[in-house]
Amino acid sequence: MSGPVNIFETGGAVEFAPCVHWIGAMDPSLRTFDIILKTANGTSYNSYLIRGSEGVAIVDTVKENFADEFFRRLESVASYDEIRVIVLNHLEPDHSGALPQLMERAPQARLYISQRATAMLKGLLKPQGEAFEYTTVGTDDRVSLGDRTLRFLHTPFLHWPDTQCTYLEEEQVLFSGDVFGCHFCDSRLFNDKVGDFRFSFDYYYAHIMRPFKQHVLDALELIEPLPLRIIAPTHGPILRDRPERYVRHYRELSTSSLSGEIGNNEKSLMIFYMSSYGNTARMAEAIYAGADEVDGVRVSLFDLEGGEVDPFVDLIEGADGLVFGSPTINGDAVKPVWDLLSSLVVVNLRGKLGAAFGSYGWSGEAPGMIEDRMRGLKMRVPLSGIRLKLIPSDEELVECRDYGRAIASTLVGKTIRKQVLDLADLAG
Amino acid sequence: MPKAKITFQDIHQAVHVPVGTRVIEVSEKVGSGIIYGCRECDCGTCVMHVEEGWNNLSEPSVLEEKVLRENMAGRHDRLACQAQIIGDVTVKPA
Repeated sequence: MSGPVNIFETGGAVEFAPCVHWIGAMDPSLRTFDIILKTANGTSYNSYLIRGSEGVAIVDTVKENFADEFFRRLESVASYDEIRVIVLNHLEPDHSGALPQLMERAPQARLYISQRATAMLKGLLKPQGEAFEYTTVGTDDRVSLGDRTLRFLHTPFLHWPDTQCTYLEEEQVLFSGDVFGCHFCDSRLFNDKVGDFRFSFDYYYAHIMRPFKQHVLDALELIEPLPLRIIAPTHGPILRDRPERYVRHYRELSTSSLSGEIGNNEKSLMIFYMSSYGNTARMAEAIYAGADEVDGVRVSLFDLEGGEVDPFVDLIEGADGLVFGSPTINGDAVKPVWDLLSSLVVVNLRGKLGAAFGSYGWSGEAPGMIEDRMRGLKMRVPLSGIRLKLIPSDEELVECRDYGRAIASTLVGKTIRKQVLDLADLAG
Repeated sequence: MPKAKITFQDIHQAVHVPVGTRVIEVSEKVGSGIIYGCRECDCGTCVMHVEEGWNNLSEPSVLEEKVLRENMAGRHDRLACQAQIIGDVTVKPA
């Protein structure tokens, strides 16, 4: 392998495979990315240039305020009239920021994006986006540069709907977009030369890719069969030393860690609650007892006062149904419930069953607010929540037990065929 | 007022609705698994599959067709925030 490269010293493009150059930009001073990610040493915006016998391709650009650096590196290895192909694997502004200028400088170039990217192109690059011509591509579509061939892989929702990967067949280089990327800025550029970026790699996956695990697994079905010499993502080190390790690691990260804990035919139902005077707690216990009566459901009960958010997030990711209990205080659910619900953005809750309950003093808004939040998180909420005033009576605890049984039955599909309802009778 | 029946196959629940009611006005009230995002024909989150009664939904608008196409929807898929019920139909989350 070639010797160390100090990007800051050279300022130039870096060739890492025959006729393949890195022409991106380094952002060492960045400390927060996209509001939610910390970046302890900054990040890089990786862009690539491929030269074939019949023209040049550019794969992804950079964030707009780093465009000068990008164009300087591009101009050091190619002239604009040689560019025939521009590929955007991802239209997020940190990769598409220099695209308008690039297309002005290389008007003869054709833009290749995914089908889902078309809607985003116009929105992201208005008003210029209206005028851009493009070709949409999918898996196994190819574009030729003569002696170099780019093959496209449709890998959506990693982490936007528009994402795709591009594979340079002759050099076995995968331009993976944000997949296998991380926010780690090191001028030595390559994974066998840079500092220890393991934390950054896993941190990036946990915050960016984790909500899309199934899409990661779908993408790995396309990526794993590829002969891979190098993975070239849009952030962080270029993975030229044993890139298959990172593919394996993505599969490990995307495989449920709890899959061995419950039976194949069992559904997991988790009940979380907070309680001021023990009333919501008694409801929780009754719901728990009722749910436990249903075969095929493994029920768990947790008092949020005794736990921390992160481990619960891991449990919730693998659960099939979630029930939250909260008292109503000042017209709101209590903060620990919101803390947990607001931490679930990193996992995929789509289609999970949700329900809510709680005791209240005089207004009782909490269960309804929790249900609204659950629907906002793309969960289904088939049963209206239970609200009880102050201390639950014995009859009300029976009602809670019935509710738990109903939730669990719905979870395993043991629903009795219901009579036909009328919309006019349903709550507004 | 003429009525139609929509059946949500995922939860085995049928509902009588006034003709012209959009699916979005019904599905969450009965707890179907159809989920929503923008709720205004832009994001494609609420794609649903029409199992029976394809012709008993209103015709999709040009905008809905565009969103379905951009989201690579199937041949019998519609947006639940847009489709109006005009006859008996059975749907489920896509």
